[in-house]
Amino acid sequence: MKFQEIKEHLAKFRVGIAGAGGLGSNCAVSLARCGVGTLVISDFDIIEPANLNRQYYFTSQVGMMKSTALKENIARINPDTTVIAHTERLNRLNIPEIFSGCDVIVEAFDSDEMKQMLIETVLTEMEGIPVVVGSGLAGWGNSEAIRFRKADETIYICGDESTSVDDEMPPMAPRVGIVANMQANTVVEILMRKTRDYFLL
Amino acid sequence: MKILLNNREEEFKTDVLSIGKMIELKKFSFRMRIIKVNGVLIPREKYESTFIQDGDNVLMLYLMSGG
Repeated sequence: MKFQEIKEHLAKFRVGIAGAGGLGSNCAVSLARCGVGTLVISDFDIIEPANLNRQYYFTSQVGMMKSTALKENIARINPDTTVIAHTERLNRLNIPEIFSGCDVIVEAFDSDEMKQMLIETVLTEMEGIPVVVGSGLAGWGNSEAIRFRKADETIYICGDESTSVDDEMPPMAPRVGIVANMQANTVVEILMRKTRDYFLL
Repeated sequence: MKILLNNREEEFKTDVLSIGKMIELKKFSFRMRIIKVNGVLIPREKYESTFIQDGDNVLMLYLMSGG
């Protein structure tokens, strides 16, 4: 399949990105480059200098809301991708509303508690919508431990599933980027399998 | 009883086993996880009141912090 055809197909879909940190910002940029039609990006945080070791932002954007800055960056990369930026904190009540109409949801949070909350909410309130989870990306090296697997019908996992971030094992651009792009690759794979008659919506 | 845990057969010496007890017996240590029994999500607050039976298919995945 030619890239032009792939891009035209991906343009019909809407992908939710929960969190715009290391995983979310890199995954969103990757999906925009592929031509995904709409990205719904949600993050309540602002950009801090320490984020620049792995997140897709620039020094001039420090202090901005992450989702707003990411919208700006994606517009410079592929203006054909529509970005809907949300700045409220996600919770069990607003997740189904914010991500309504999304064909796939990318779990891109930092905290394990938020990861669990998002996945449980999607599984119970948005049944049938695939969720692509990032789990295990701390430190450096160990590329061979990073993997992909489909846990069940709607749960896809990217990461080493064994390392947790702490002071001695910080999140860094290479491993975070690998997992973020693995998530994007999974989204593309899911969407390429889908057919959609856009006019019936 | 025999169950399928993450697609691998596991045997326990008891016939009554709560999800909470299974986590303890298997020494699963990370604090955040997603558990499904026969395809049904079991929320954290139901770990002690949900019992698994012979032949059940249990899916468990760990959520590691970092992103």
